[in-house]
Amino acid sequence: MIALENVTKVYDTRQGPRTVLDGINLRIKRGEKVGILGRNGAGKSTLIRLISGAELPTHGRIHRGLSISWPLAFGGAFQGSLSGLDNVRFICRVYDAPVEAAIAFVEDFSELGTYLKEPVKKYSSGMRARLAFAISMAVEFDCFLIDEIVAVGDSRFHEKCRVELFEKRNDRAMIIVSHSPDYIRTHCQHAAVLAAGKLNSFEQIEEAFDFYQAGEI
Amino acid sequence: MSIPITSLRRSFAIQVRVTHALIMREIITRYGRHNIGFLWLFLEPMLFTLGITTLWTLIKATHGSSLPITAFAVTGYSSILLWRNCSNRVIKAVEANLSLMYHRNVRVLDVYAARLILEIAGATTSLTVLTIMFTAMGWMNFPVDIMTVMLGWLLLAWFAVALSLVVGAASERSELVERVWHIFTYLLFGLSGAGFMVDWLPKAAQEYILWVPMVHATEMIRHGYFGAAVRTYEDPIYLMLFNSALMLIGLAMLKETGRKVEPE
Repeated sequence: MIALENVTKVYDTRQGPRTVLDGINLRIKRGEKVGILGRNGAGKSTLIRLISGAELPTHGRIHRGLSISWPLAFGGAFQGSLSGLDNVRFICRVYDAPVEAAIAFVEDFSELGTYLKEPVKKYSSGMRARLAFAISMAVEFDCFLIDEIVAVGDSRFHEKCRVELFEKRNDRAMIIVSHSPDYIRTHCQHAAVLAAGKLNSFEQIEEAFDFYQAGEI
Repeated sequence: MSIPITSLRRSFAIQVRVTHALIMREIITRYGRHNIGFLWLFLEPMLFTLGITTLWTLIKATHGSSLPITAFAVTGYSSILLWRNCSNRVIKAVEANLSLMYHRNVRVLDVYAARLILEIAGATTSLTVLTIMFTAMGWMNFPVDIMTVMLGWLLLAWFAVALSLVVGAASERSELVERVWHIFTYLLFGLSGAGFMVDWLPKAAQEYILWVPMVHATEMIRHGYFGAAVRTYEDPIYLMLFNSALMLIGLAMLKETGRKVEPE
């Protein structure tokens, strides 16, 4: 179980302190899939980062009873001067995953070939996305945090990702942040809407969409 | 609801893994895999020290004292390199590793630890190799009391770590720190005891210079190298107290820095 208790995040900005998340409560059980809706700048990515532990809350507590991935997005989590393979090695060392198996998987899945030996900063955004997805599937977690990853590369690769994440890892918990109603409808059991720093949770996904759309008017 | 606290043993295992991963990452990006690569870790400080030793020999920097100039320069300049390289390397270290801090267990302290371990290893290897090399060549005598040298070096490394935590954390708060710190290290260079022995100073000046923590380490290291041939004024207890206080301040500042890190 993952539990957020009264989590608040305040950022220091040039215009003074800004409360992005204000007293968030959330519980995620093993295997549960929750979608989080919210407009640009509503704090969706911040919430994901707090759950992952990449950033720390200003107030409140986060209890992690499951192993949680880093926020899977198609950018970050790489060091640009390192090669793709060195990034894989780094992540394996940090998460105590077997290096050889991970490299074999990434070589096969990413289809990057000899580019894996080049520094990541030389990659195109599509190549980077393929590497990012492959690395995140090379380490196993109980709960995956998915930050706005809908369309990756061509449709064939997109399909490969879908199978890898949603079919092969169907038993895992997931927290999915997205703008896309369809994506959340397809993959989640519950949904919550982030608006004005508050999280509004709904049992039924359609209720969440109604609330989300009502806010747009 | 009970919160399971990560056991100390598990935390230690994570710490070792993360530090190892970061050290490997530093070695690859800093030294590369080409030509002599990793050897630069200690060749760089060694060449620096060699240059300074040559220069000081030419200008007879021992100011007419009978001290062997080679040993004097090697001990002095190695001491400077230890705390100066450490404190310089932590500046901007967070920025260079920001994308890796997406991973929960990679924290500011780990990034600093990896760089500090490498710098200390480099400076220590450089001092050791130069000492053995010059001894073999007959340019200097082997240290009279190796234990005192090691203890002095250890205390200086501790000082370097504590200083780096403060400088690193401060540099994350204001960009001014980076600029000011470089100027400051030049000034401290002159005051650190690398270029003089406390005994050469007038009595009145000695009292003041002994407030500078690095002076105690440099004096102690030279005490170990030259033995009874020199009169030194180190107070290891003072240095330890200073290090402890500085370390405490550094860790407190770093805790605050860690709370504010925002991975790219």
